[in-house]
Amino acid sequence: MTIAEVGRARLRKEDSHLITGRSRYTDNITLPGMLHLAMVRSPFAHARITSVDVSAAKSSPGVVAVLTGSDVAAEQGSLPNAWPVTAEQKAPAHPAIAVDEVAFAGEVVACIIARSAAAARDAVELVDVSYDELPVVLDLEEAATDQVLAHPGLGTNTSATWVFDSGEAGTGKPISEALAGAEVLIERTFYQQRLIPAFMEPRSTVVDPTGEQITVWSATQIPHILRLMLALTLGIPESKLRVIAPDVGGGFGGKLQVTPEEAITVLAARHTGKPCKYTETRSESLMAAHHGRAQVQRLRLSATKEGIVTGLDVKLLADMGAYLGLVTSGVPILGAFMYNSIYKFPAYRFECTNLFTNKAWTDAYRGAGRPEATFAIERLMDELAVELGMDPLEVREKNWITHEEFPFTSVAGLEYDSGNYEAATAKALELFDYEGLRAEQARRREAKDPVQLGIGISTFTEMCGLAPSRVLGALSYAAGGWEHAQVRVLPTGNIEVVTGSSAHGQGHETAWSQLVADKLGVPFENVEVLHGDTQISQRGLDTYGSRSLTVGGMAVLAAADKVIEKAKVIAAHLMEASEDDLEFAEGKFKVRGTDQSTSLGEIAFATFSAHNLPDGVEPNLDSDATFDPQNFSYPHGTHLAAMEVDTETGRATIRKYVCVDDIGVVVNPLIVEGQVHGGLAQGIAQALYEEAVHDDAGTLVTGSFVDYLVPGAPDLPHYTTARTETPSTTNQLGAKGVGEAGTIASTPAIVNGVLDAVRHLGVKDIRMPCSPSRVWAALEEAKLSGGVQ
Amino acid sequence: MIPSAFDYAAPETLAEALSLLGSAGDDVKLLAGGQSLIPVMKLRLADPSMVIDLGRIAELSGVRDDGDALLIGAMTPHHQVATDPLVAAHVPLLAKAAATVADPQVRHRGTFGGALVHADPAGDLPAPALAAGATFIIAGPGGERRVAAADFFQGYFSTAVGDGEILTHVRVPKYTGWGAHYEKFTRVAQQWSIVAVAAMVRVEGNSIAEARIGLTNMASTPLRATAVEEALAGSPLTLEAITAASAHAAEGSDPASDLNGDAAYRKHLAAVLTKRALVAAAGL
Repeated sequence: MTIAEVGRARLRKEDSHLITGRSRYTDNITLPGMLHLAMVRSPFAHARITSVDVSAAKSSPGVVAVLTGSDVAAEQGSLPNAWPVTAEQKAPAHPAIAVDEVAFAGEVVACIIARSAAAARDAVELVDVSYDELPVVLDLEEAATDQVLAHPGLGTNTSATWVFDSGEAGTGKPISEALAGAEVLIERTFYQQRLIPAFMEPRSTVVDPTGEQITVWSATQIPHILRLMLALTLGIPESKLRVIAPDVGGGFGGKLQVTPEEAITVLAARHTGKPCKYTETRSESLMAAHHGRAQVQRLRLSATKEGIVTGLDVKLLADMGAYLGLVTSGVPILGAFMYNSIYKFPAYRFECTNLFTNKAWTDAYRGAGRPEATFAIERLMDELAVELGMDPLEVREKNWITHEEFPFTSVAGLEYDSGNYEAATAKALELFDYEGLRAEQARRREAKDPVQLGIGISTFTEMCGLAPSRVLGALSYAAGGWEHAQVRVLPTGNIEVVTGSSAHGQGHETAWSQLVADKLGVPFENVEVLHGDTQISQRGLDTYGSRSLTVGGMAVLAAADKVIEKAKVIAAHLMEASEDDLEFAEGKFKVRGTDQSTSLGEIAFATFSAHNLPDGVEPNLDSDATFDPQNFSYPHGTHLAAMEVDTETGRATIRKYVCVDDIGVVVNPLIVEGQVHGGLAQGIAQALYEEAVHDDAGTLVTGSFVDYLVPGAPDLPHYTTARTETPSTTNQLGAKGVGEAGTIASTPAIVNGVLDAVRHLGVKDIRMPCSPSRVWAALEEAKLSGGVQ
Repeated sequence: MIPSAFDYAAPETLAEALSLLGSAGDDVKLLAGGQSLIPVMKLRLADPSMVIDLGRIAELSGVRDDGDALLIGAMTPHHQVATDPLVAAHVPLLAKAAATVADPQVRHRGTFGGALVHADPAGDLPAPALAAGATFIIAGPGGERRVAAADFFQGYFSTAVGDGEILTHVRVPKYTGWGAHYEKFTRVAQQWSIVAVAAMVRVEGNSIAEARIGLTNMASTPLRATAVEEALAGSPLTLEAITAASAHAAEGSDPASDLNGDAAYRKHLAAVLTKRALVAAAGL
């Protein structure tokens, strides 16, 4: 009996080359005669371009050409937005190089093409751009008033208003009844600060126009989508474009984009007829790569005096920034389905106003809409508990879906296939020592200890496995949500797996090998996973939304199933047995009741030689499958944070963090652990550290890692992680997805914990990030208002 | 991240360096460990036409005993200051402060003198140097001059070192037997100090005989918390006395407001951190 691969904590295949410097990132690629690009960017957040004088730059040593917006106006098209959330959605044209007007600081106004990166950089300063500054709108609530317009030509800052109403949808009661009849009404406004994805490898693109095809290497999460979109945007036949995502150093949604810089590099290569490379600096990355979050959430929650929630009304202002990127407009809509979370709310209304401002555009960032929604509801459940004087866990238990009630249709219209919130919570409480910490909290309060203790709870679910194509269609998304895979059986019996999922740190090569090794009964080492090149992986929808395993992995399994079906016909022929008498296990077809068998390797070679195949059977075991999920998957979990707040300095420190995640069946526990740790770090970062801050003119103040505080290992605690396993019933493996869980769950756990530590001192809310100065200011304000309860 | 083109020289003696400096014009920068200069050049916030690298001048590096003081070469890396036995024995405050600078890589490249001449108000070495009453030895075309710490730091990124001059050594009096602590407050581990307090205490029996306290990032230059020092001289070694004295820490300060906190928060932090630094220094 071979050891099952699925469930085995294998070290990742990918790691040896990544950690020994044998990686090939886009910036490592050097081609003969390659030219280098540098971008001239607008220092103003909103201005009319009156002239661009490139004469000095053009005569600078080493400069080959300079492209301005006017130079490429006819061919650059408008960068794509694939998610027009309403038929009336308004959006400005989005040229890769600004032509007449810039709408955020950092927008590209010209591109230097030179023989060296240094020569390109030197010439940037020689481009003389004249601007007429225009008024800027930066604040979301101000943007909603339309007093200053981010794009005067649109006549409004509102891009779209999108509404879900459970009364109208027939998934619940009207919200008006719930609010009118509320025994308890909790009204709060929460601010989701703007974040920067801050992936480790800056974005980089190399374009080689010299072959039959134009080859584009890019630090992207989405080589397939990028190929299609570049073809549509730039008017290049899709068949003439090959896109390769080589090693990609993180994305977190930040590389789920079709960027101006990618389009410009293609244009530059086309203009010069030579390979061109552009690699952004960290400063450019922070300033001009898309940002995330940036929402104002106005919330009303109605409940009975017993703590039963009767309705939730959400009014969202969502900051698009200056343009609509690939899925900018859809990100808040993804959250719409998650505000009701694990709860049985009878009435729900969600209204989102997508607004333009003069800042870098926002788009997907780890969790994309769902962390914002989860934060809001988990903070509200705590507020309700405080209002009623109940334990926050008790309020949650009173409202959550019990495990007997699955499958459960939520008030937002999703069908949750499985879950067991009681089990995950019970396990978390046990690991956490909830009672012991509550007792310590009481002691510290009693003793007026300068360091107070708080307990933060977050019970969350999310929708993963983006996405059933018909659901995306109903939401006006331009593409489907399927994934493609191919399993190729080589003459030696070695296996090549081609996947449309595009890894940028997830460990697909390892996990897919484990899946296929088990399915086909071949050694793990005999499986090779190929991805990230549209010439090899000819179809795919790439990697985001915790979709790889639940969609891409299922395509791999389906293709492997087809291999077995094909091989079975040949096996029966070779052994002169009936197909019905064959069973496939551990890589062999056996004739039941006999000791006769033939291995997949033997069948592979027989297929290759093709000397003796059944009539009408092609000499080929290779199989394709395209998997379109019928439902999302719904990971859930319970996260508990014990927060120490030093009331003298305002510093909030994580004393203990316990998370129990239920992500269904696990393929590789080590990879899962890594995803959970990284996700937690990013969620904690939102709660305590990170915020993109602009000055009054719209310049990014947090323009380097000196000011944009990404926490490092010394700033984060040792996590206690555990799992419960309630398999998904909507895919053959029972997997649910884990890429975003930690990020979604941890932010409200931390903030609830900070507030729980200082609420008895009169503090009611603290805006994220809960920095020491903000916590201290909140404590001071509570003292001044005599708010001690 | 490509700097503008510049000329580069790496002299091997101080005399050679001074001569190069004298002939290079105004637009010259001295390169010590490069932990501040190189980033600002890469960001093109500085574009000197010439960089003189002091890294090959052996006489500028190292710690040696100089009677009642230690003589620390300007090119001594932070790591060496943090781990040198002479520093640990006689000016432990400096060792403790140097150990908090940035991360191990920076501490192996960055230099004691470089950080002092850079004079970042949030830097961790100026306040301890001030508290310790260090003397700065500066070489110039006319020879050597000595400047007291109180006169050395003149403003944001500005010191008494003039054009054509090089800081060669810092002479730090010995505080053998004193308790010392550097209390640094940051939001993440690798960050400039929001506020930090450098404290040295000489305890006699059950009282504080003498305290010397320097404040980091409470003004454009490092400050002495003189009101606290005066209140503590001869006071009993108790938490109450320390707390009461520390309340005066921010007197005379003028801190900046930024993303990490406004001036009022920094003034509050100065008092809290002074108390904590003193408690740790006195071993309470």
